[in-house]
Amino acid sequence: MSKEFKIVVLAKQVPDTRNVGKDAMTPEGTVNRAALPAIFNPEDMNALEQALRIKDKFPGSKVYILTMGPFRAAEVIREGLFRGTDGGILLTDRRFAGADTLATSYAISQAIKKMAPDMIVAGRQAIDGDTAQVGPQVAEKLGWPQVTYAEEIQDIDENKVTVLRRLERGIEVVTSTLPCLITVHATAAPCRPRNAKMVLKYKYSRTANEEKDPLNEGKYAISVDEKPYLRIQEWTVDDVGGDAESYGFAGSPTKVKKVENIVFKAKESKVLSGSDADIDSLIGELMANHEIG
Amino acid sequence: MANFYKDNQDLKFQLSHPMMKRIVELKENNYADYGKYDYAPKDFADAIDSYDRVMDIIGQICGDILAANAEQVDADGPVCKDGRVTYAEGTKKNQEALTQAGVYGIALPRKYDGLNFSMVPYVMAAELTARADAGYANIWGLQDCAETIAEFASEEIKAEFLPRIHKGETCSMDLTEPDAGSDLQAVMLKATWDEGKQMWMLNGVKRFITNGDADIKLVLARSEEGTSDARGLSYFVHDKKWGGVTVRRIENKLGIHGSPTCELVFRNAPAKIVGDRKMGLIKYVMSLMNGARLGVGAQSVGISEAAYREALKYANEREQFGKKIIEFPAVYEMLAVMKAKLQASRAILYETSRCVDIYKALNALVTPERKLTPEERKENKKYSRYADMLTPLLKMTSSEFCNQNAYDAIQVHGGSGYMKEYPVERLYRDARITTIYEGTSQLQTVAAIRYVTNGSYLEMIRNEYESQEIKVSDSVAAACPDAQVRLEKVKARLVAMTEQYEKTVALMEGKPEEYIDFQARKMCEMAAFIIEGYLLLLDSLRCEKFIDSAEVFSERAQAWNNERHFYIYNCNSETILSTCKNVKSDLDIVYQD
Repeated sequence: MSKEFKIVVLAKQVPDTRNVGKDAMTPEGTVNRAALPAIFNPEDMNALEQALRIKDKFPGSKVYILTMGPFRAAEVIREGLFRGTDGGILLTDRRFAGADTLATSYAISQAIKKMAPDMIVAGRQAIDGDTAQVGPQVAEKLGWPQVTYAEEIQDIDENKVTVLRRLERGIEVVTSTLPCLITVHATAAPCRPRNAKMVLKYKYSRTANEEKDPLNEGKYAISVDEKPYLRIQEWTVDDVGGDAESYGFAGSPTKVKKVENIVFKAKESKVLSGSDADIDSLIGELMANHEIG
Repeated sequence: MANFYKDNQDLKFQLSHPMMKRIVELKENNYADYGKYDYAPKDFADAIDSYDRVMDIIGQICGDILAANAEQVDADGPVCKDGRVTYAEGTKKNQEALTQAGVYGIALPRKYDGLNFSMVPYVMAAELTARADAGYANIWGLQDCAETIAEFASEEIKAEFLPRIHKGETCSMDLTEPDAGSDLQAVMLKATWDEGKQMWMLNGVKRFITNGDADIKLVLARSEEGTSDARGLSYFVHDKKWGGVTVRRIENKLGIHGSPTCELVFRNAPAKIVGDRKMGLIKYVMSLMNGARLGVGAQSVGISEAAYREALKYANEREQFGKKIIEFPAVYEMLAVMKAKLQASRAILYETSRCVDIYKALNALVTPERKLTPEERKENKKYSRYADMLTPLLKMTSSEFCNQNAYDAIQVHGGSGYMKEYPVERLYRDARITTIYEGTSQLQTVAAIRYVTNGSYLEMIRNEYESQEIKVSDSVAAACPDAQVRLEKVKARLVAMTEQYEKTVALMEGKPEEYIDFQARKMCEMAAFIIEGYLLLLDSLRCEKFIDSAEVFSERAQAWNNERHFYIYNCNSETILSTCKNVKSDLDIVYQD
């Protein structure tokens, strides 16, 4: 029971697509990030809770958040600190920008090699991209086993972890060796609230870039020299090394061909009887329109 | 995703009150804990920022968790089995969330794992929880007991019990007995010293004990055999782990179902004495009671807020005769009065809290090495007196307003409000207790009447409120160009009301005590309404959002006071008592078989 684990939680700052207003999409059909508040990706919150529970059970364990994004994504790391994590790393660099899931998972796996945790816990997917690819790709790149759709990390010891998975047709309990990567489903326990003392301790925590931002002038009453734990680390491509061509736009084979903005125009309604013939004709119609198929 | 702090700007406004600077300075003892605790503030701005952030945490838990669980908790309630209480599932989740958030012990000193917050944010947290779930608000609010331990118990007891509050252990204050309700001098539960165990042993029965199966209990008991009055009572702390207390039953109540109200049996339950022997009722319970009354004030404001919001929302959504019902004068008038009562009760709630804050923080400064300066002693005396004067008025009027608002919230809903589908019916049931427990409105009058007859309220109104210059801030003038004119009219009205109040009280000259008791409530309410009117007026000088309520409330209050004045003025003091006593002649109707 004296084992101490080092856990990295992958978290992403995402636009809050759950509260979509009229101006959530640009006329071009892309997400209007300015109109949506940036939040901690919900399933990453579930992942964070699972990691913190291991820390509760095995005091001395350490939990870190790893995130990639612009300077303001440091908010995700602060949210972790407010709930009991031990720190975090923000991957931020123009060279990371424009990354698809392949380039993102490359950057993350490079950072993980440097952090060397016993386990990675991540949300199943982010609510902006909904790909559910980054977690599994990170595991592949590291050559680690992965357990997806986790609802609960039931047990952990020095060599293995036992996980309950929530699947479409039931549940499954699997065991994996360590190190491994686990992606957590939204049905897992909700994340604990912010802790008052942690919030008061870390409320002035910031990255070097946030501190330089003129908008934040006068916001930080306590200097990092006085309390070094207030500094949130930022890493660039130079800090994580690897192949420069695999990062950002250059490392992203995904190309968006076309984005279509679908507007339902039909006004009239059709009444179906529920007979086999009617259902057949509806299926035929939907398939012809490529709405199913 | 709701945040009951963020969605209510009136709360943050209270943190910006000019008195906060002095309060925080005293409470933080010039920021002596900075450097010692990594969560202690560096200066005033840092401290207020911390208050704001912690209210944000509590506001979010209240909005997302407590409020979401409230309906089910109301339906489930706690259960009593084998002498123990199990909370409803929702209540357990509420408790877990607030414990994980580390906000239990919010007002305790840091050395006991508290946040050392002043009364203002502490009371605000109580208001927030009550808006979400008025029943749960009692379990939360009973951490008041820890305040009593912190203030009066020995170092040994403090070290033993106080850090446990932060871990989410709950409290109860065990005062009432079957034959000792409002009259606590009649408490019979026996405390006897056990020489062998070196502990006090408690034996007897307590009734109507909120959260009676708590981890930590404060018990009022008779330690002096052969006595029958207050001087024989002492105050004890009992730890659930020591055993000896069982829950006989949970009461089946009209409302606040989340809060288990228990009948308890003490059989050789070990206990330790808190403070000095024989001072139980005289000193400690009185202190605890004032805190509890402030708590019911906060609870009332929370329920009022919830009721007002439900009514406002429904009035905006319900259409009749081709338009939203909020467009009808009969409805928007009702809503404006609800809002005015809500804001008036909140104003006196935080004014009282600030007074309590200053004198308690000054008391806490005193050590064998540090005595209060003559100026500090004067300040202490003034605010301690104001707190005593304001507390009964707050308790009485905010609980009555809360009931009126819950009543009107149902009225706005019409027939739908009478159905169980809408939350207003729960608010109505929950509201009902507020004018009763921790001293009925009638008993608040008993506590307040002396300040009416000895002129204290009049003096306070004139010195503290009437004397203040009516000059709106630049931001208010910019937002509301006619604010100055409107508020001067409000002031003139309040001055006239004060003169009327003075005349009314003068009518008591030479009258027998029973007659004064008979008229007491009306005079206490007159004083309260004037004070509340002034507080809204003063708030309006700093923020335009209070101007409407200052007007609506003072206009209404003038009408209420007129009614009271004319009633008293026209009363025939010679005959009215005996006329009213004639109701006793109907007793034979009640008792006929």
